[in-house]
Amino acid sequence: MNQTLTMPLTKEAAAGLTAGDYVTISGVIYTARDAAHKRMIETLEAGGELPIPMEGTVLYYMGPSPARNGRPIGSAGPTTASRMDRYAPKLMELGLAGMIAKGKRNQEVQDAIVKNGAVYFAAVGGAGALLSQRIKKAEVVAYEDLGAEAIRKLLVEDFPVIVVIDSKGNNLYETAVKEYQSQ
Amino acid sequence: MRVVHTKEIIRNIRDMCIEANYTLSEDMVEALKAGVLVEASPLGKQILKQLKENLVIAERDEIPICQDTGLAVVFAEVGQDVMIEGGSLTEAINEGVRQGYVDGFLRKSVVEDPIERKNTKDNTPAVIHYEIVPGEEIALTVAPKGAGSENMSRIFMLKPADGIEGVKSAILETVREAGPNACPPMVVGVGIGGNFEKCAEMAKFALTRELYEESPIPYVRDLESEMLEKINQLGIGPAGLGGTVTALAVNIETYPTHIACLPVAVNLCCHVNRHVRRVL
Repeated sequence: MNQTLTMPLTKEAAAGLTAGDYVTISGVIYTARDAAHKRMIETLEAGGELPIPMEGTVLYYMGPSPARNGRPIGSAGPTTASRMDRYAPKLMELGLAGMIAKGKRNQEVQDAIVKNGAVYFAAVGGAGALLSQRIKKAEVVAYEDLGAEAIRKLLVEDFPVIVVIDSKGNNLYETAVKEYQSQ
Repeated sequence: MRVVHTKEIIRNIRDMCIEANYTLSEDMVEALKAGVLVEASPLGKQILKQLKENLVIAERDEIPICQDTGLAVVFAEVGQDVMIEGGSLTEAINEGVRQGYVDGFLRKSVVEDPIERKNTKDNTPAVIHYEIVPGEEIALTVAPKGAGSENMSRIFMLKPADGIEGVKSAILETVREAGPNACPPMVVGVGIGGNFEKCAEMAKFALTRELYEESPIPYVRDLESEMLEKINQLGIGPAGLGGTVTALAVNIETYPTHIACLPVAVNLCCHVNRHVRRVL
């Protein structure tokens, strides 16, 4: 099914998504990848506060290439999600509603998605030039010293993603592959 | 004896880094186009069309095809009758990478130390493979390699008794486990024989071969086509979301090995299989 979503992502909207849905997202999302996740979790462990809101937030696991003059961002496709698996359940407990990336998630993350009513979307890996056109504004809002890995606030318009793991625990990576397997 | 100045090397490496990240070679573009026609999954077809459109946008807007503009891998075949003037060849290659990644708005993805992980901020150093060859030319291949597919690559130290069936299992297991993580449709580079490091280097080199260039060795050629067919039956498909186009090509290199060894390296590359070659 084709769906359109406006950010932030409510629990109700997340519950209405099914693995295999083609979704376009509009509104504010945030980027974070390896180093930013590590720092956020260390901050929480030290009793500190996160630099961005988590409730209803969709995180995009992405580190862009530098922007040319006059453009909001450079190439901006998803990175591999599994490197963030050890951090994601904690953030979902704090309200993180969705993640955009590519590639498999481990069992702990899949369980946390179901438990917290969250969702895992895939953007097409390697389509960074095309995806950058759907990003209208980008601003570094935390961890500037991390360069490409800094946390960015993005304003996206019709950003194309596919629901891979839904809040019922369906996993498109597993079901779709079986459908086309012939050996 | 022919003299080549490092300035010429710096300029060429710089331009090759930029070219490789904005445009793919003709054979890769053709393979993606062909994939759209044969892909059985409607979603897979749609994704392949997005990838084609992505290539058009990248070239037109001078924006990297993928934000992971890679670790710069350089194969340098240096003629033994060439004299390099103007300083160190390795330094010249790294200077070219530095200029290319800064001037081309490419992402700086290299950290100085694998544990301390401080970014070098100019994507140096490159990983350089040198070979001394006859003649008075320098052939340079720049192949920026992304991490998504690199992280899913494997080395298997098989036993000679495992034979060709063991090699087939190793290739299929690597691709199956990689699934969506390696950004399919992929190109699969395989090195068989040599030793631990030689097979890995061959697998990387295999990725820089023309997609439709077959191995001159009959059994290897058969293995390449059989593996391509079997990989495309795994069901992984474009972006790993199901389908029949999981790999665009399987390129295999071989080398003599020890009586006790059968090393196999499988180096996966995503659909952004970048490589530019120039002969100076």
